[in-house]
Amino acid sequence: MSEEPSKLLLAESRLSSTLADRLTGYWRKAAESPTQKYLVGLLVVLVATLPLYSNNYVIEVGSNILFYIVLCLGLNITIGYCGLFNLGNAAFFAFGAYTTGILCTMGVNFWLTIPVAILVSILVACIIGIPCLNLRNDYLAIVTLGFGEITRLLARNLTITGGPSGLVGIPRPSLFGYKLRTVTDFYFAFLILVIIGVVVSYRIHDSKFGRALECIREDEDAAEAMGIETLKHKLLSFILGSIFAGVGGCFFAVKMASVSPESFMFTQSTNVLMAIVLGGLGKIPGVLIGATLLVLFPEIFRGIGSWRMLSFGVVLVLLMVFRPQGLWPDKYK
Amino acid sequence: MGWRTIILQQIVNGLILGSFYSLVALGYSMVYGIIKLLNFAHGDVYMFGAFIGYVILGLVSGILGNGWAGVLVAMVCSMSIVGVFGVVIQRLAYRPLYSASRLCILISAVGVSLILSNSVMVATNGDYIGVKTAFTNAGIDLLGIHVTFVQMLMVSFTAALMVVLSSFISRSMVGKAMRAIALDHDTCRLMGINVYKIIAVTFFVGSALAAAAGMMAGIYYGQIHYFMGFLIGLKAFTAAVIGGIGSIPGAMIGGLILGMLEAAGTQFPHVGSAYKDVFSFAILILILIFKPTGLFGKSEIERM
Amino acid sequence: MALLEVKDLTMRFGGVTAVNQLSFAVESDSITSLIGPNGAGKTSAFNCLTGFYRPSAGDILFKGRSLMGIAPHLITKRGIARTFQNVRLFKKMTVLENVMSGMHCRVASGVLGAILRPPGQRRDERKIRDTAMDCLAFMGIQDKRDRVAKNLPYGIQRRVELARALASQPQLLLLDEPAAGLNHDEKNQLIDLIDQIRRAYGITVFLIEHNMELVMRISEKIVVLDYGKKIAEGNPEEIKTNPAVIEAYLGKEED
Repeated sequence: MSEEPSKLLLAESRLSSTLADRLTGYWRKAAESPTQKYLVGLLVVLVATLPLYSNNYVIEVGSNILFYIVLCLGLNITIGYCGLFNLGNAAFFAFGAYTTGILCTMGVNFWLTIPVAILVSILVACIIGIPCLNLRNDYLAIVTLGFGEITRLLARNLTITGGPSGLVGIPRPSLFGYKLRTVTDFYFAFLILVIIGVVVSYRIHDSKFGRALECIREDEDAAEAMGIETLKHKLLSFILGSIFAGVGGCFFAVKMASVSPESFMFTQSTNVLMAIVLGGLGKIPGVLIGATLLVLFPEIFRGIGSWRMLSFGVVLVLLMVFRPQGLWPDKYK
Repeated sequence: MGWRTIILQQIVNGLILGSFYSLVALGYSMVYGIIKLLNFAHGDVYMFGAFIGYVILGLVSGILGNGWAGVLVAMVCSMSIVGVFGVVIQRLAYRPLYSASRLCILISAVGVSLILSNSVMVATNGDYIGVKTAFTNAGIDLLGIHVTFVQMLMVSFTAALMVVLSSFISRSMVGKAMRAIALDHDTCRLMGINVYKIIAVTFFVGSALAAAAGMMAGIYYGQIHYFMGFLIGLKAFTAAVIGGIGSIPGAMIGGLILGMLEAAGTQFPHVGSAYKDVFSFAILILILIFKPTGLFGKSEIERM
Repeated sequence: MALLEVKDLTMRFGGVTAVNQLSFAVESDSITSLIGPNGAGKTSAFNCLTGFYRPSAGDILFKGRSLMGIAPHLITKRGIARTFQNVRLFKKMTVLENVMSGMHCRVASGVLGAILRPPGQRRDERKIRDTAMDCLAFMGIQDKRDRVAKNLPYGIQRRVELARALASQPQLLLLDEPAAGLNHDEKNQLIDLIDQIRRAYGITVFLIEHNMELVMRISEKIVVLDYGKKIAEGNPEEIKTNPAVIEAYLGKEED
């Protein structure tokens, strides 16, 4: 695409999107045909059997991708569907991880900590959401950002969370006597979470509730005028995002067998944000692609090191100016 | 006896902190007033100003030394360069998105923030850089506390900048245009005001002020770091909210109030320095719940 | 008992009184218009009726119950729907999705229903879809149902907005300048449409409008506002010849 200065002035990036869509048009056509079912089926089989034909390194990367998909699906409900700019997602993730970490080191069965973590996630989402969800998106962004930071500071300074070094030696969970230990075990655990997450996301999307979220994103006042109770729906989308992140945090804690405040820095929130923006906000295939690229990018460009966040920033700005809908094309034109 | 010195010392601390917060908060308020965007990257502009100032100080200290002369030149240069930089950022990352959805421009701002902070991180390898000046702790002893000349100069410089800004806003054509645009974009366009140019000027002024604050902070605390903009961004936002976002006198007073509150907060037994950030954040949440328009802000009733 | 009763409605913004002790009634099954020069307070009155503004004083009774302090989404649930002066569709959603949103308050399923998909929820979804398709068919735009709203021509967007309002199954339909931006043919179609809505659904229509021809042809009763106060009320013939109305629009005649 030519870079004449006049193109920069286009607020609607129609030209670039049609070009990119011609390239991705193949995907769109495939979506309507039976070929799609075979392709997707093949993909699912490949993903489900990955541990059978790969070494531990690949499985670990795959596990990481699946974990990020869980976080991204959650944030997608909040930002992608409902349009709420939550920049403190890392905080919800932290609460889930620390809840499991603290309870497990006290001897509680891992599987029991999950419902507790869910309750904690709901509570935290309400605490920050109820006062702040009525604010403009700009305010919400900074408030959630601040909340994320405060959570990290609290985690670093409180003794119950193990201070700056965090919690270590979190016992591994067992399922009907089988102990989840290996990379492969956790790969499948996250795969199950992803499957649940994808199903839930699709179901939400194709329902009255999901449409209500999107109406709120498009025009909050018109949504209210159509009988949608906006505060309740915003809070619910916030809570859903929190639950996804919290449950992801639980499994993260036992997979790493430790939790430290450094896993919840602001970069964690921006990573997830970048992934869903790159893939395409509000589109589930987009979220999957975005999360995959997020994890693969530093693996492929090994030397990138400290340039990673810088390039993420560049990608975000370029995306917004030239292709705000992300990589995955919009369904209807 | 002890109480009095503590209070006086905290007042001085509060003034210093307040100066930083006010200068950065001004940029937030001005930009929000004119395009209804909370410029997420503003804190990083502050950081950028500190670094540019440091670099220029290094360049001129060979000729002018790193005392008053060198610092003054570096300050003026830093403010101008970063001001222009702010205009460029606005042109590339924000202006194409004025007619897009609000979320787009917010995400772009996050991207700009990442670019600014991480390019400095790459350049400095993430190290804390020491800033050396010829300034000493020389000062006067007043009522039992020691007030340095540097502190007095910083506060007066900030006050001077604000006086200049106020008269600029209220007297000059550009200033008047800024206020008009804040009230009604479309009518201004019809009146022939070049809205884009005025927005650019707003970004210039806001960024220059933030750069001034950044450079002062670098000199005062003696070191700069690529992540220093993050926290100050949050605090300055809090200050802007306290004063009423969009209001320029509000930003000035809000900064002062927050500085004082924070200085006072460090003296509470459970808060201490570790939790002073939590303390500021708690203030933000309380204000947003109970008085979101702040002291001077207008309550927005959207016309339907 | 009138369907809608407005009693001494007052709306103050700081120093400006947008609506000043406005009182009138709208009878069931009627078509009533609210007119007045620009800035007379018409849209402010609408916003009070739909709960977006909290009136400074006065009362609004709908079907005998007060609407004061009721949230907008609950007012819609009680049976008042509206369209907007500047068409406010959900831009990135399809026409069908836009109209389906109107049914939101008529169906009970929520987030758990969405996730777990019990049979009741699936029935509700079918009901939403069917009602939306009916409204689209009534407006004659069912072939546009999968088009994205922001790409449609203005006239079609207006129809979608009307269909969306109809989908919420209101008893009172508030139309805010429905003829704005329409050409002559479209205006005639609009007049027929409003009449059809009243006959087919038994909906009471209350509209704000500047286009005098439309107002005179379609209204049974007209309420005239100027500077927030009611200056006249009556049928089109009475209003046409009312000196206060003429003065408000054209200014005082020089003697």
